[in-house]
Amino acid sequence: MTNYNHPDKHSRYAHLWRLSVTVLVLLGIWHLIVVIFEMPPFILPPPLLVFEKLLANYSLLFDHALITLSEIVLGLILGICMGLLFALQMLLFKPVRRWLLPVLIASQAIPVFALAPILMLWFGYGMTSKVVMAALIIFFPITTTCFDGLRHTPSGYLDLAQTMGANRWRQLWSIRLPAALPTLASGIRVAVVVAPIGAVVGEWVGSAGGLGYLMLQSNARMQIADMFAALLLLAVFSIALYYLTDFLLKRFIPWHREQASR
Amino acid sequence: MSSLEIRQSSLHYQDASSPVFSGLNLHLPANSWTCILGASGCGKTSLLRLLAGLIDPQHQIEGEISCSDGLPLSSRIAYMAQQDLLLPWLSVLDNVCLKAKLSTGKITATQQERARLLLSQLNLSGIENDFPNQLSGGMRQRVALARTLMQETPFVLMDEPFSALDAVNRYKLQELAAEVLKNRTVLFITHDPQEALRLANQLYWFDNNKKLVPIQLPSSNTPRAIDAELGACQQSLLQQMHSQYD
Repeated sequence: MTNYNHPDKHSRYAHLWRLSVTVLVLLGIWHLIVVIFEMPPFILPPPLLVFEKLLANYSLLFDHALITLSEIVLGLILGICMGLLFALQMLLFKPVRRWLLPVLIASQAIPVFALAPILMLWFGYGMTSKVVMAALIIFFPITTTCFDGLRHTPSGYLDLAQTMGANRWRQLWSIRLPAALPTLASGIRVAVVVAPIGAVVGEWVGSAGGLGYLMLQSNARMQIADMFAALLLLAVFSIALYYLTDFLLKRFIPWHREQASR
Repeated sequence: MSSLEIRQSSLHYQDASSPVFSGLNLHLPANSWTCILGASGCGKTSLLRLLAGLIDPQHQIEGEISCSDGLPLSSRIAYMAQQDLLLPWLSVLDNVCLKAKLSTGKITATQQERARLLLSQLNLSGIENDFPNQLSGGMRQRVALARTLMQETPFVLMDEPFSALDAVNRYKLQELAAEVLKNRTVLFITHDPQEALRLANQLYWFDNNKKLVPIQLPSSNTPRAIDAELGACQQSLLQQMHSQYD
């Protein structure tokens, strides 16, 4: 009997240990580059200076990080809901699929970043335009993975459901949707990685808050160490968000390994 | 209990050049096991899917399928496939009660009680709340058997349900299935002559001409022990089948 659901604690600690060693080595290389090539702090500040700024401007950075984080999370929620809805529509109504699928694919040819100024115009400089931006760039991966998962239900499951007299809705709700979740989960993992890009680009184009805004402000004032501090914080938040999502998905969709072998 | 009659049945897939089978006649007597033996790809699974109502109506289907009690066949069959088809996101108990969940949307306490009873009959007590990926292959197929029993249908269609198991588990499950399904009208499909000879009350060989050839069975009761008589039957059956290979 194999139990897939509980990776043993030893491997998890080993993982953390390797991660911290990697981070320390990278910081060391960064410091060495600054020392060896005599980088001026307005081109590449040493890591210690960045940490100094991080601690000094802690509350300011944290407030702005919170803004960016809420934009990312709200964008994720909006994008995932829209993607799910879209995929379900395409699955349930064949004519809709025939008309929408080409539109969906063509929409990917438009660089979403080019839409940022228009979104500013429509939704203003507040959080809404960034949320919409983040939602827009994750919409495609979510829709396609969800639609793929819903379409490729193992046929044996559907045969079984049919001989048991399940109607269309019960088949969708009890068989197709849960069977699609592992595929959807990989879409969500991609979405969590790209959503911060949307939010930050939105902030660059026009905003009054957030880490992207802070970076532009520091850059304009030649406070490069502050810019790096904001960047570092953004990276930490994005990585934390990814691991949190990954953990939750593995926790609540533990059957992904099994289905992959079918 | 009702018997099942298949008359002049033929099946032609839309994009195939020739029919899978045509003019097929088969009688499934009530409360007994009818086995069909055949090489892979001979069309025996298609016949089973036809009975289960799983063939898309866009394909060309002819002939008549009727039950002796005059009631329709659909919704009175249970289907057991080679894969256990346990849903990995449901607990063992919910998998066993799947039909109730899919047809009415909820599982009652009485149904759960009955499912527990069935599981204990199949020596599966204590795993009700486990998930399928925590079980071994033999246990999983026994849970699938419990799910089939839970459907309480007069007809049971089985498509090589034990062929993915190791020899000992297969032997055990054959005994168990013959025991718990002895009062159902069963159509059992297999490519294993020994399995067919152990379990069949009527045995047909689906030969290369797509005809059902009746096969003589040993005199003992099912599930038969693998004794000298069964061995002799198996030997002559293998020779008969061998003559049609290549």
